[in-house]
Amino acid sequence: MNKGNILKRFFWSWKTNYNVLKRKVTGGIGKFFDKITFKAKRTEKRLAQDQVIREYLGKEPDYDIYIFEDFDELRIRVDKEYEVLKESNDPTKIAYIRKVHKALPPIKKVIERRFKTKTTFRQWGKALLYLGPVLILLGIFTFYPIFNSFRLVVYTGYNASDGTIAGYTLIGNFVTVLTESNFLLPSSHTQSSVVINTLVIVFVSVPISVVISLIIAVALNSIKPLRNFFQTVFFLPYVTNTIAIGLVFAYMFKTDGGLVNNMLNALGIGSVNWIGPRAGYWNAMSVLLIYSVWDSMAFKIMVFLSAIQGIDKQYYQAAQIDATPKSRMFTKITVPMISPMVFYIVVTSIIGAFKTYSSVIAIFGDSGQPAGATYTLKTIVFYIYDYMNNSTPGNLSLAAASSIILFAIILMLTLVQMWVGKKRVHY
Amino acid sequence: MNRIMEVRLQKLTKVFVDKQKKETRAVDRLDVVIPDGKLISLLGPSGCGKSTTLFMIAGLHKPTSGKIFFGDEEVTKLAPEKRGIGLVFQNYALYPHMTVRQNILFPLENMAIKREDAEARVLEMATLVDIQELLERKPGQLSGGQQQRVAIARALVKKPRVLLLDEPLSNLDARLRLQMREEIKRIQRETKITTIFVTHDQEEAMSISDEMVVMDTGVMQQMDKPQDLYNYPVNLFVAKFLGNPPINTFEGFVKSNKVYFGDIVVGSKKIPDGKYTFGIRPEDFRVDPNGFNISTREVSHIGRDTMITFHAEDQELRALVDSDDVKGLKEIKLGVKAGKIHAFDLETGDVVKEKEGV
Repeated sequence: MNKGNILKRFFWSWKTNYNVLKRKVTGGIGKFFDKITFKAKRTEKRLAQDQVIREYLGKEPDYDIYIFEDFDELRIRVDKEYEVLKESNDPTKIAYIRKVHKALPPIKKVIERRFKTKTTFRQWGKALLYLGPVLILLGIFTFYPIFNSFRLVVYTGYNASDGTIAGYTLIGNFVTVLTESNFLLPSSHTQSSVVINTLVIVFVSVPISVVISLIIAVALNSIKPLRNFFQTVFFLPYVTNTIAIGLVFAYMFKTDGGLVNNMLNALGIGSVNWIGPRAGYWNAMSVLLIYSVWDSMAFKIMVFLSAIQGIDKQYYQAAQIDATPKSRMFTKITVPMISPMVFYIVVTSIIGAFKTYSSVIAIFGDSGQPAGATYTLKTIVFYIYDYMNNSTPGNLSLAAASSIILFAIILMLTLVQMWVGKKRVHY
Repeated sequence: MNRIMEVRLQKLTKVFVDKQKKETRAVDRLDVVIPDGKLISLLGPSGCGKSTTLFMIAGLHKPTSGKIFFGDEEVTKLAPEKRGIGLVFQNYALYPHMTVRQNILFPLENMAIKREDAEARVLEMATLVDIQELLERKPGQLSGGQQQRVAIARALVKKPRVLLLDEPLSNLDARLRLQMREEIKRIQRETKITTIFVTHDQEEAMSISDEMVVMDTGVMQQMDKPQDLYNYPVNLFVAKFLGNPPINTFEGFVKSNKVYFGDIVVGSKKIPDGKYTFGIRPEDFRVDPNGFNISTREVSHIGRDTMITFHAEDQELRALVDSDDVKGLKEIKLGVKAGKIHAFDLETGDVVKEKEGV
């Protein structure tokens, strides 16, 4: 036996072993999946229902209804019969026709998607292999911290440096955070709290930026010359450093000699104290909002623009032939057709807005407020960082408690959006 | 609706210019009169400019030169929405997020029509195309044929002057295609709308249309009734394009009114002596004891007919004859039915007609 054969045999056995292992693992997963989803029971139920239909049609048990019957027609027929029977008040017959109706297989909906993916759970083994690297990274930097914050939140007086704790509590840390001044309710000497600030940013900046981005995307799509130029211009904020933009904004909104006040002066309006010492809450907040809107628009415009360009031109041609005004094309074709994208953008930007942090730092610095202000512009995440930077024992638990509160708020909002999305988003 | 609505194309030309400034003549000086209330097919191979012509009639493409008339009105510069046309796209272009009812209603919502009237018209159209049970479904839940019907209903609901169909059957399977062909014919008969139908399928065009326009490389080749086109093609292209199995063509010559293919006398034709391209349709051969001998290569019975593939002068020819005629024959001799040999000019491909009464 020469060397080549040995190598061949080695690789052959290796491959066989791999295949056996693969079959065992994926097969096992498949069986497990069938078990937890009661596949046997489902099949049995389906067979019984098929028999009901066969009896209704008066066919032999070996008659294959899936080949010879059109269920759409059958459904219409059963529905009609039910309508007729409803008048007659014959409870046994009505019950029977109801049973037949229930036994009909569910209506198959054809959903058109550009990318049709079909994954069977038997491919999980392979999937896990490919997903491994990402899962490991996510585990270290996302899943472990999540788990850890649920661990920290039940400690009191936890000292990060030596790992000692003073005791356990179930809701103590939540109570502390929620009753603390500045978190939920504004305390006596301030006019705002971090939760109020965050909610203002979320519910003002997100709708405005979504609407403006949509309009800009439609406008960009309808111009031909200079489109690439404008596309680049609108995408620039995305590749620019957030802190740098914040500093530029801080400079633009300076009370004396700032670009914005200069322009207002030119229009005959007096200077406004935007972010200077003792500036009003809404002045400072509006700078933060303008910044958030402008900073987040680049990505949204890109997503909307590519979604709009993905719409088949024939829809517009068809609409044009039917004398549809441009505004109606926008509301009746463009918006519904990209509604999945709009929905996606709204969900992600609301989550993003809840996590606002760097913009506050960039404009107002570490204090999170204009000099001498009696309020704070800190957000929830800013608040969490404050706890983490302060190494007093127990603060990490408070930070964990506030993160969980933030998580709960976002989770609730997202669930509401999903629920709304199912009803309102088309296809 | 009762106005005469013939569609007239005058020297219609469309030139596309691509990024390298290369010009493509998609449609070249097209002169066609499409009579009122008729169903006309534009037929030709891919890229012959038939869809471009349709889109120019629709107003979605601007002609480079030439004019388009609807009746007496010139519409060349008119925007598509003002032309009063209904267009059915190849892939239907139904709005996927609207129900069938909303889809059909859509054109009417742009017009000043009362809601009840509009709803009534939607129902009327749905009944015409036989989809009244599907009004609350979305296009994604419909089969191809049903989507097709919805698209036709949407095009018809605003009572257009002209109905344009752009390869409407090419996305359907064979059985449905036959069925929808009949449907379109029926709908056109009932509504009497001037209809232009674009297709590359000759069989479809032959069966559906009152008259056909055969196009190639942007130029109209012939316009006639389907059977006349088939029997009297004006050039080699039309002869070759129509018919399945395709026409046999060969280069031969005529000597004292006899058609020769090499040494074989195929038949007679009263045209001047010289070389020509000849065309004989397979079904125009007949079994003839006085005909020419063939070295049979393959005989296949297709039910009533028999297909004989034979060689002559190193060329493969096909003949379709009655099965009963060849039964039991050891040797088959073929002739050609009278007047069924088409002769074409060798260079131009134009048909050469027989001299009358000589």
